[in-house]
Amino acid sequence: MAGDDSYLRIERVTKRFGAVVAVDAVDISIGAGEFFSLLGPSGCGKTTLLRMLAGFETPDEGEVYIDGQPVSGQPPHLRPTNMVFQNYAIFPHLNVARNVAYGLRKEKLPRQEEDRRVEEALEMVKLGGYGDRRSNELSGGQRQRVALARALIRRPKVLLLDEPLGALDKKLREDMQIELRQLQQSLGITFVFVTHDQEEAMTLSDRIAVMADGRALQVASPKEVYNRPTSITVADFIGQMNFFEARVSETAGEEAVLDAAGFGRMRAKLGGAALQPGASIVAALRPEKLTLSPARSDGAANAVEGVLEAAAYLGDRSHFHVRVAGLERPVAVAAQDWAVGGGDGLDEGAPVWLTWDNDSVILLESERR
Amino acid sequence: MSRAAAFYRPNRPLLVYAVLYLAFLYAPVALLPVFSFNDSIYAAFPLQGFTTQWYADMFADEAMHGALWNSVKVGAVAAVFATILGVFGAKAITRFRIRGVKPVLGVIMLPLVIPPVIMGVALLVLLSQSGVQLSLITVTIGHILICVPFSIVTLMASFEGFDKSMEEAAADLGDNSWWAFWRVTFPMVFPGILASLLLCFTISFDEFIMAFFLAGTEQTLPIFIYGQLRFPQRLPGVLALGAMILTATFVIVFLAQWLRGRSPGVAQSGSE
Ligand SMILES: Nc1ncnc2c1ncn2[C@@H]1O[C@H](COP(=O)(O)OP(=O)(O)OP(=O)(O)O)[C@@H](O)[C@H]1O
Ligand SMILES: [Mg+2]
Repeated sequence: MAGDDSYLRIERVTKRFGAVVAVDAVDISIGAGEFFSLLGPSGCGKTTLLRMLAGFETPDEGEVYIDGQPVSGQPPHLRPTNMVFQNYAIFPHLNVARNVAYGLRKEKLPRQEEDRRVEEALEMVKLGGYGDRRSNELSGGQRQRVALARALIRRPKVLLLDEPLGALDKKLREDMQIELRQLQQSLGITFVFVTHDQEEAMTLSDRIAVMADGRALQVASPKEVYNRPTSITVADFIGQMNFFEARVSETAGEEAVLDAAGFGRMRAKLGGAALQPGASIVAALRPEKLTLSPARSDGAANAVEGVLEAAAYLGDRSHFHVRVAGLERPVAVAAQDWAVGGGDGLDEGAPVWLTWDNDSVILLESERR
Repeated sequence: MSRAAAFYRPNRPLLVYAVLYLAFLYAPVALLPVFSFNDSIYAAFPLQGFTTQWYADMFADEAMHGALWNSVKVGAVAAVFATILGVFGAKAITRFRIRGVKPVLGVIMLPLVIPPVIMGVALLVLLSQSGVQLSLITVTIGHILICVPFSIVTLMASFEGFDKSMEEAAADLGDNSWWAFWRVTFPMVFPGILASLLLCFTISFDEFIMAFFLAGTEQTLPIFIYGQLRFPQRLPGVLALGAMILTATFVIVFLAQWLRGRSPGVAQSGSE
């Protein structure tokens, strides 16, 4: 996705605050009309990176290009970007309509035309007719919509959103996610969306940059980040993951045979990784890629025996912890349509078998963990 | 535990002290209006009868009109300039984390504790050395000097509660820093600015010592009053004038304090 069709290019950008490296040589290309998310834990530099795109911070090193133009020298008020602030920053002394119309000053529209644009923007965020409301008479969700309308009325090329849904309750948040995605697709504006909620990033984004300690660890589609994480940090941050220390005992074509603690021999797809026999690696397995059964089933590529330690029924799926001899932590397993206890005879303490496919195993370089 | 209990027990001596203090402070002030309606040129008990003659006399006094007008001019100009300087000062102190801001703040606040006599003499020396004619302008300069610290203190409260992302939002929506100040910062801290204007005006309006040193031939109202005290028969008129100034000052200071307590930006800028 790099190169020519990139619309917003972040080129080896570094930002320091004293001794703190808030953003560390981040290199990202974002395409026109893309919904792009910056995902990472608190303090990893998401806001700082976004503020450099808006022009509130200047990179110490590197450069940001928008539509091919370097923008470092450009102050915020001249950039083709608009931002939805984390606290929305609704002007308290103006009513909703004046808030939304704020960015139209330079266009010098006749009053009627301006009113029309404001109403249009408010309808876009489903706040039609709210123009006369005072800004302190709004709920959290409404404030968020006003902030959105206020930014969108300027028809920006890039919309920057800093955890815009962070202050909303779960239900409202899920509704807003859908609306936001629909809005982005109908307008075709490039969105750069900051969040620390991995589920939110997965739902909304075309691509995600997973950040940690100021660095962009992996930039890829949600599917790829989930199924093919490139590092333990990413694998650990996105969803749930079981990690096993392992050693490569032999490689044959596309397959590797691993020697994992507690598991004995296990097979895995190499997936392009060049591994030498004898190398120390970490094998990762998603809980839902493991199949739980009361007896050993034939034909599975990999299998191991354990004891069912804990089970939780969550409605649409169930979570299990299986204790495997020789492993420090229990293995997490997720399954759909499982009845705990009762007919299947799977009570806690029962012996069980875990099976999984070769290509479910993700091979990761071992690092400090 | 027992210490805490002792601490919260109603403190009788302190209450007595507070009541006495207030009586001492306001009794003379309360007497002023009383005697201003007394039908006698002596401000003494027993009261002789009700009259509004002193007020009528005072209103008819041409010299008083001139002095009053001078005071209003000086007060208005001093209030505007001191508040403008105060806005810059308060914004700089609260918004940019300047290193060494504490000592600078100390220097700015110094006029609050320097006796006005010293300030007046110092300014007088400086101005006469540089050959400046004493006039209402020099009084105004002196008053600006003593008003700026009050203005900064008043405005700091407004700027401290001001959310920085408001100005950033304005910049993001296409305003350069002047437009952003004018369209967002100014309206949001406006109650503070108004409070500062009112406060500075009353300070200047009531100020005597600096005006005494720096006024030259023209007189402000306090100097006019001081001059009147040489003529015993004018005393009731001064009392009437004093009562009116007192009332006006009270109203303005109350208004200023009330405005200071309510800045629109402070309470609502955060998210729920
Ligand atoms: N103005 C600043 N001065 C000094 N340090 C700062 C400043 N802004 C950010 N930092 C530091 O830079 C790092 C990254 O901060 P940033 O706000 O970008 O994180 P974030 O990913 O947005 O976190 P969160 O999810 O909590 O909002 C943090 O360690 C923070 O302390
Ligand atoms: Mg942040």
